[in-house]
Amino acid sequence: MKRAPQIAYLADGRRLHLQDGPIDLIVEARGGEANVRAAYDAAARRFDGLLDELCKELPLLRQAADPAHCPLQGNIARRMHQAVAPFAADCFITPMAAVAGAVAEEILGAMVKSARLDRAYVNNGGDIALHLATGEHFTVGLAERPDAPGLMRTMVIGSDDPTRGVATSGRHGRSFSLGIADAVTVLARTASQADAAATIIANAVDLPGHPAIVRCPAHDLQPDSDLGARLVTRDVGRLSGSEIEDALEAGADHARKLLAAGLIEGAVLRLQGEMIVVGTKGIGLQGSRAPLHGTAAESPLHV
Amino acid sequence: MPTEPTASDDKIRCDACPVMCYIKPGAAGACDRYANHDGRLVRVDPHIVLERTVSHGGRLVPFQATGDWDGKIVHEPSIFVTAIGAGTTYPDYKPAPFIVSSEIDGVDMVTVVTEGIFSYCGVKVKIDTDRYLGPETATVRAEGEAIGHVTTSEYGSQMLSLGGVHHLTGGSKKEGRVTCDALVDLSNCKPVELTIDGGATVVVQAGYPPIVNGIAEERMRVGCGSATIGMFAKQWHGKVDEVVVVDDHITGVLSEHQAGKLLDIADTGIKMKGRRSTPGRYFQVAEPGTGWGGTRISDPLSVLGPFDAKKARPGMTMLMVSTTGEHAAYYELDEALRPVEKQMPADLKLSVERIQENCEPALCTVLFMGGAGGSLRAGVTDNPVRLTRSVKEALTRVTSGGAPVYVWPGGGITFMVDVTRLPAGAFGYVPTPALVAPIEFTLRLSDYAALGGHMDHVRPLASLKDNETLQIHSQPLAPGQRA
Repeated sequence: MKRAPQIAYLADGRRLHLQDGPIDLIVEARGGEANVRAAYDAAARRFDGLLDELCKELPLLRQAADPAHCPLQGNIARRMHQAVAPFAADCFITPMAAVAGAVAEEILGAMVKSARLDRAYVNNGGDIALHLATGEHFTVGLAERPDAPGLMRTMVIGSDDPTRGVATSGRHGRSFSLGIADAVTVLARTASQADAAATIIANAVDLPGHPAIVRCPAHDLQPDSDLGARLVTRDVGRLSGSEIEDALEAGADHARKLLAAGLIEGAVLRLQGEMIVVGTKGIGLQGSRAPLHGTAAESPLHV
Repeated sequence: MPTEPTASDDKIRCDACPVMCYIKPGAAGACDRYANHDGRLVRVDPHIVLERTVSHGGRLVPFQATGDWDGKIVHEPSIFVTAIGAGTTYPDYKPAPFIVSSEIDGVDMVTVVTEGIFSYCGVKVKIDTDRYLGPETATVRAEGEAIGHVTTSEYGSQMLSLGGVHHLTGGSKKEGRVTCDALVDLSNCKPVELTIDGGATVVVQAGYPPIVNGIAEERMRVGCGSATIGMFAKQWHGKVDEVVVVDDHITGVLSEHQAGKLLDIADTGIKMKGRRSTPGRYFQVAEPGTGWGGTRISDPLSVLGPFDAKKARPGMTMLMVSTTGEHAAYYELDEALRPVEKQMPADLKLSVERIQENCEPALCTVLFMGGAGGSLRAGVTDNPVRLTRSVKEALTRVTSGGAPVYVWPGGGITFMVDVTRLPAGAFGYVPTPALVAPIEFTLRLSDYAALGGHMDHVRPLASLKDNETLQIHSQPLAPGQRA
């Protein structure tokens, strides 16, 4: 029996839902009925067979990326490699770190090529590729906690901003994290770049050797994980205010370097209720702790 | 659909899609849709299940025992801007993190969104049960630490008062931590096991029946046996000669009870076992248990002695029923004045159903109670007392996570909220220890200005584009946000 991807409108009749295996996309386009229709058709056509195409190169995609040479063939696979290559010289990273963003980008590309759209997005489980015509903007919500629906922070991304990709990584996500961040959201020029950078920054939010952090080899949890025997975070106990700050600072430090190198446009790092914002456009003051949040002091508080 | 999975060791290989994940027992594949359940490949589809659960107001339960599923929500967000996760500026006095204005009904409304840190807070727990939980003022413990006490009981319910500044910050470090954990869990509608000094162990979970010493309570009784006679005497009058309401506490007998006397119901010659308290009211007709009316009996006739031949007559009718209506039987006296069970007439059956209908399901309910004082108010206005006055004058509406609250009269802004009305995971904590709870103040823009509001920090929802700071917004870009 041939496996067919699931392609359907969501209940609102506005957004398209594409699902195949682990890929789960929410797509929305604006720009007139005929254009939206053409864009959705293009998205569905491109989606059909996309997973098979990726899986053909899966063993290679799960290996550490070579910073200088790309052995991959497929369009998406090559984009994944390109996104992780800047990090590959300094640390272990596989092209899989950018798979969600790269898929979102590919689908968005197919849509934009076949229709004139005011704006469109492809959201691949939180890794989002954006299209903005001149003068348009998107308001992107940040989930504070995955278990608390209904409340979001938002960032506004305008057509003048270089950002066209948003990705979130952290220890609660579907993929494993080497770090302890609850969530790291990254803005970058492309979704695949944002995806790779979010993974790297989330890994850097860490307190190595801390007894309250439970880690376990990735392949004990998922036998074919690309992370192999590397220790991934399973649980994080209570941390003190200064420990939270130290861990966040380690990640923020990394984020600032990526910002300076032009690899990201901004990042929001969260751990146990605390937050650091890095970047200029849309999300706060450059390189400094956002004035939004005080440190949870260890002294008695009287509200 | 997948074909038969190939087993190798304890893991199975899923062939639902070309990723061909190896999945360990109890784990899910990369898609979160297929999982290994005891060596079988099963479809779990968390998105769909979750969406349905949420739309039916159900509780979210991770589908993996390991609890490592992120519980991502795939549903439309609520429209109301709530404070959950908004963050707080405490202990400094900067403006609250998000002061959002939006146009509602043509009135420029302001929602001041903040997340309050409450060290003066606690929960009031109402447990619908007649079972003995423990004496008044007895200490209530979690993990062996004192976190509160038993307070005065209410009709059909026992009350606990938990938390408060004394247990949160006044005792040992462990006491504070355990208290904080218990309060956060109770407020987030999670089950918490509590032990009462000199009393019972009870598992409390908001919106669920209490589990007392391992037994889940199902219904509140409609009243004691005597109260049941009082409530239903008129409905029984003329339809049956005698009614016995079997109850562990006070068993009621219609013909002897004051309610029966007022209706001129004739003596029936019935003879009750147990100790007579006042006419028609009997204590200790049987040992307590899980049978009729909280007693251990399964045959209700065992609480009766022989009928008095001087007053009873053959053909006399009798209804026996428990205080919840869960047990009921109908009898007629034979020639030897022995009760013989017969089919219950329809109108009596109706009265039994009426008793059942009047028994409410036994629940635990949890009210979070906190005081929004000092600096939290300063985050809203530079003249904090005016906010308090504005709340008192009902110009400012206070909500908690969008849920309505009761503001206790008197000084300060002390409010209570039913924790089941807040979205899942609405409560958090800081290591102080203290609870973090959402609180919103909604008022007219003009009123906000008048009470000294931070007007320069008000952001119209419509003009967020050029703003370089984080904004709060009612609508996420799309569902399926990954954390």
